[in-house]
Amino acid sequence: MINKMELKFSSLSENEAFSRSVIASFILPLNPTISQMNDIKTAVSEAVTNAVVHGYPDSVGEIVMSCDILNDEIHIKIQDFGVGISDLEQALEPFYTTKGDFERSGMGFTIMKSFMDNVEVESTLNSGTTIKMTKKLSR
Amino acid sequence: MKIEYNIENNKLHISYFGELDECSAVKVRTATDKIINENSYVKEVIFNLSKLSFMDSTGIGMMIGRYKKLKSMGIVVYTKNPSLSVDKIYQISGLYKIMPKI
Repeated sequence: MINKMELKFSSLSENEAFSRSVIASFILPLNPTISQMNDIKTAVSEAVTNAVVHGYPDSVGEIVMSCDILNDEIHIKIQDFGVGISDLEQALEPFYTTKGDFERSGMGFTIMKSFMDNVEVESTLNSGTTIKMTKKLSR
Repeated sequence: MKIEYNIENNKLHISYFGELDECSAVKVRTATDKIINENSYVKEVIFNLSKLSFMDSTGIGMMIGRYKKLKSMGIVVYTKNPSLSVDKIYQISGLYKIMPKI
C-alpha cells in the first residue's frame, strides 16, 4: 500500500494525545502488532512533545506532522518552526535536558531511537526543527 | 488521567488510570505528592500501572522525581502490573533499578 497524509496543529500539550491517535488510526490498515503500534505512538508523542516544549517555549506555534506509507515502511516527519536546538549533538545524548528543574528525563531522543529503525534530526536556530523517523513493519 | 489509592499494612498502593504524558504530568505529580504527603507514615509505595495505557519520557522524569521524594522520606518504591508499552519504557529507562517490579 502507498498512502500519505499531512496534518497541521497548534503546539498545545493537549495535541500530544491527538497526534498519537491520528498516527495510530492512519497506520492501522497495515495491521501492525500491538508492540509496533505502541512504539510508533510513543515515538510520535516524544517528537511532538519536543516541538511543544522546546520548539515553542514561550509561544504557541504550528507543528506539521506528515506520514508516508510505502508498502510496509512508515516514514514520519514532525516539523516545527520554533527556536531550534543550539547544540544538537548534546540534545541527542541520553539524560541531557535543558529543563532539569521541571523533572524532565532527557530521554526523548533515546526513546525515539530505541522505538524506531531510524531517526534523523535537523535543526536551525530561530527557524525550527524537523524530526524524521522510519520504521519497517517486518514480522 | 485518574488516580486512586489505598493503604494496606503500611503499604500505599497508588493506581494510575489513563495516559501519562507532558499534558497530564503536572496534574499527576501534584495529586501523587498530595497522597504521599498525607500518608507519609507508610513504609512502602507501590505504583499499580495495570490501567496506565500510555507513558513517555515526561512520565519517566515524573517517576524519577517521585522516587527521589520517597527515598528522602525513607520510603521504598515498587512497580506493579505495568502494561506492555509501559513495561518497555521502564526497561529502556532503567526505572526498574530504582522501583523494582513485584
